[in-house]
Amino acid sequence: MTTSTTGGPPAADLDERRAGTSTSRFVAGKVGGALASLVFVVVLGFLLFRMIPGDPVATMTRDRPTSPEQLARLRERLGVDEPLWRQFLDYALGLLRGDLGTSYLYNRPVATMIGERLWPTILLVGTATVLAVALGMWLGVRAAWKRDSTFDRVHTGVALTLWSVPQFWLGLLLLIATQGLFPSRGMRSPDLPEGFLAETLDVAWHLTLPCLTLLAVIYAQYMLVMRSSLLEEMGSEYLTTARAKGLRDDLVRRRHAVPNALLPAVTLVFLQFGMVVSGTVTVEAVFSWPGLGLLTYDALRGPDLPLLQGVFVVLAGSVIVMNLLAELLYRVLDPRVRAA
Amino acid sequence: MTSPAWQRRRTAARDLWREFRTNRGGLVGLCVLAAIVVLAVLAPLITDESGLDVISATGTPLQPPSGEYWLGTDVDGRSVLLLTFWGARVSLLVGFAATVLSVFIGTLVGIVAAHFQGWPSAVLLRVTDFFLVLPSLVLAIALSSVLTKGVWTIVLAIGVTSWPSTARLVRAQTLTIESRPYIERAKALGGGHAHLIGKHVLPAVLPLVLANTTLVVGSSIIAESTLSFLGLGDPTSVSWGSMLQTALSSGAVTAGAWWYLLPPGLAIVVIVLSFTLVGRALETVLNPRLKAGR
Repeated sequence: MTTSTTGGPPAADLDERRAGTSTSRFVAGKVGGALASLVFVVVLGFLLFRMIPGDPVATMTRDRPTSPEQLARLRERLGVDEPLWRQFLDYALGLLRGDLGTSYLYNRPVATMIGERLWPTILLVGTATVLAVALGMWLGVRAAWKRDSTFDRVHTGVALTLWSVPQFWLGLLLLIATQGLFPSRGMRSPDLPEGFLAETLDVAWHLTLPCLTLLAVIYAQYMLVMRSSLLEEMGSEYLTTARAKGLRDDLVRRRHAVPNALLPAVTLVFLQFGMVVSGTVTVEAVFSWPGLGLLTYDALRGPDLPLLQGVFVVLAGSVIVMNLLAELLYRVLDPRVRAA
Repeated sequence: MTSPAWQRRRTAARDLWREFRTNRGGLVGLCVLAAIVVLAVLAPLITDESGLDVISATGTPLQPPSGEYWLGTDVDGRSVLLLTFWGARVSLLVGFAATVLSVFIGTLVGIVAAHFQGWPSAVLLRVTDFFLVLPSLVLAIALSSVLTKGVWTIVLAIGVTSWPSTARLVRAQTLTIESRPYIERAKALGGGHAHLIGKHVLPAVLPLVLANTTLVVGSSIIAESTLSFLGLGDPTSVSWGSMLQTALSSGAVTAGAWWYLLPPGLAIVVIVLSFTLVGRALETVLNPRLKAGR
């Protein structure tokens, strides 16, 4: 990786050049690691859905009567009678072309189905994450600043309790508690009113309950991390200095303590992505939200192995990419890591 | 088996208990857990198992709580109280078994990755990081959908997907222990790998593993209920997750049958919260860094 600095001006001083080298080496290392993980995901997808079942066709048809001709056709379409290395090659080359195979239950290309379901999931996960980060950080800062106050005790307790709640149960509770106030399934009303505003409101109305459910479980993590991160800063001497300068308590918190404590929480946004994705599977199943989670849930009924395989590779792959972003972002945000 | 060492360990255990007692949350959690475990173990003696049978169910379907059925009945007319009672057995069994598997793998990988230098450790670390990042539920869903349905499939699926955090913790702890002079002394005296790990590293790492274990049980129980809720559990046994699945799929939720929904969910929350409280209390006692902050 030493070649990356050769383009730099010769006048640049030594320190700067060394920093440049280590940055590009760091980035290359992280990207290389992520690529290796992606390859591993691809191999794992093959192992899980092709090799462990032994005979995928028998697994998929175990709960339903199937005629010999249907079985033969399915075997041929999945190519299970070919040697394993050939199957793996077909699968890996297909992935490179964006071909994830054909769904067994729906008889459609898996990639197309995932593409259709991607946006609803992004909408749900995105909204819930933004709200959870805002709420969690705000509560965490308040709780840490007034440590052991009633506010702190109550909110830490609530967060810990919500942390122990299975998401789907919370969703079911919300459904039963708001009986009929909000739609219980789907993303749009069947008799859709015309116009952009009406459509947006309709989607937002459908989004409320699933989003609340997801929010309730994930904000706790942000709050607890923000709280402990700020608590670590609380004893720092620069805060005493800031107070000695005569700054108001509010300003000491906003301008000095919080920016320093913000870092772990910010990177957590990306690191927690995997957990949020797992959460959407059950939440979408409860509310029939037409995203990737519901697609997984539906695919389980078969089990539709090509569809499950596609969803697995896409979800795992996107989590790895998000994680890579988190690690790169951490370096940009924290000068201490950059210098190290 | 030198007796001074054992005496020292006994004293340490007593000190641990004394400090643990001062943590009110941990103590409450421990009492609740003990009560639940005793009740779950005694379930066949206290209650009549035949009440779980769909065919011999006596009540009318979806009956609200009454004097006869304290928590109402489910879609098949079975007592929800009885179902919740028996569900505890599956949840605890899966929770504990998956935790044993997960902590075993995690401790093994963690110690090996820290103790041995060179490429085996690098590879293990890489694999650990990979599984740490991967959403474990998605992987567990994948595993349990391709294997034959059953309690042990669930145990396997949770166990082999939840070990990375334990491995990271154990690795970090092993590294700090191994940098201490007494390890160097043991090495200089000719202690082999087995001696070092068995006599010095493992005893020092185990307390933290214990605190971590209680936290893992809680998350394993949630994972079990989630997998059962998705219909991946053992179809022949009643668990809290499968009760909730039936509640949703049979339309009991839309019908407003809250008595069917509350007991299994609350049971999960209570048991997981208890494990979390105990685990956090143990962590506070065992982790000197956290203690200093108090």
